[in-house]
Amino acid sequence: MNTPALKDWPLWEVFVRSKQGLEHKHCGSLHAADAAQALHMARDVYTRRQEGVSIWVVPSVAITASNPDDKGELFDPAADKIYRHPTFYEIPEEVGHM
Amino acid sequence: MYTQAMDIPDDSGKKLAAVSNAPSDREAAFEARIDADGRIEPQDWMPEAYRRTLVRQISQHAHSEIVGMLPEGNWISRAPSLKRKAILIAKVQDEGGHGLYLYSAAETLGTSRDQMLEGLHSGKAKYSSIFNYPTLNWADVGVIGWLVDGAAIMNQVPLCRCSYGPYARAMVRVCKEESFHQRQGYEALLVMMKGTDEQRAMVQDAVNRYWWKCLAMFGPPDADSPHSAQGMRWGIKRISNDDLRQKFIDATVPQAKVLGVTLPDPDLKWNEARGHYDYGQIDWAEFWNTVEGNGPCNKERLATRVKAHNDGQWVRDAAQAYARKQKERALKEAA
Repeated sequence: MNTPALKDWPLWEVFVRSKQGLEHKHCGSLHAADAAQALHMARDVYTRRQEGVSIWVVPSVAITASNPDDKGELFDPAADKIYRHPTFYEIPEEVGHM
Repeated sequence: MYTQAMDIPDDSGKKLAAVSNAPSDREAAFEARIDADGRIEPQDWMPEAYRRTLVRQISQHAHSEIVGMLPEGNWISRAPSLKRKAILIAKVQDEGGHGLYLYSAAETLGTSRDQMLEGLHSGKAKYSSIFNYPTLNWADVGVIGWLVDGAAIMNQVPLCRCSYGPYARAMVRVCKEESFHQRQGYEALLVMMKGTDEQRAMVQDAVNRYWWKCLAMFGPPDADSPHSAQGMRWGIKRISNDDLRQKFIDATVPQAKVLGVTLPDPDLKWNEARGHYDYGQIDWAEFWNTVEGNGPCNKERLATRVKAHNDGQWVRDAAQAYARKQKERALKEAA
């Protein structure tokens, strides 16, 4: 099977805004020759039922991801900083909602 | 649509580079996450066998969606009304979309799109055997929606809780869309059943031909399904073949009654003690014969698929050439 083009079509990550006022959310990926084609294909693949009002496509290679092995280093330090949460502080009942 | 043969061995996934002996603490962390019903994401370490199993299962599933477009696609130009034609086009387009979600999910495991397509087109990779049977009359299209997609839903809903994140997320989207597939099929059959004797006979004939094939879609009995236990252990498979089959039968019998058709199994009867319907023997020899490539339409389906791919080569090449040209032009303008 001779499919050189398929090998060369880069991978794109697709982000869809489901409605005005909400953020774009990652919904999947696809192969396309260029950005315009990626947008066009994202519309057909990911928004056949009015799932979105706006689409972003990003070349997958442009995404830098944190390494799962660094999870502890990156995220554990936040675990003992409970004073960053409002529930850490005791406020007298009569103050009411704060 | 769906695949039954998710634990049918084939060659896909074998070519993945083997990760050298991973330290056992990684393996322990993986096992612990699985035990806690956690999710595995693409960047996480995973045992090679887990990766291979997923590549095989997800790519077989994707192939099934793509080949699944063919039996119904044959009826688009012959649909009995504009309404049914629009519905069928939408459904076939959905199947193509499902294939694309699943190919993307499989690619996160390190396989590539052309590797998977090569597997399908060369006949090395399997897809659901249900698509190797012909769609002889319009009622077949309704029966595929009602029974084949119905069986697919039974199988796919538990996959939404699969331990591999990208697969589970793809399945959530697939399941949302699949419900329309089953309902449109059942409704199309209801309309035919209100028609002439000849139309009712067509529905019954389609049910007779597809019923047993649909039961086989759930895969071999648990006792003969060697991969099942490991798949369950890894949280890839959540419910066994036989349990899913039973669930499907129990759900379908009342639907058949409302529709007014007979399911072609003299042994099919309610078992009060079990709280389930008993059913007859599935012809597994025929199932395996079709899996091995000797079903009525295996060759035709594959040939159609390969031809479609080859006929589309110039489109892919043109898109590629256009993208290259645009890039060069942008560079020149910037200079």
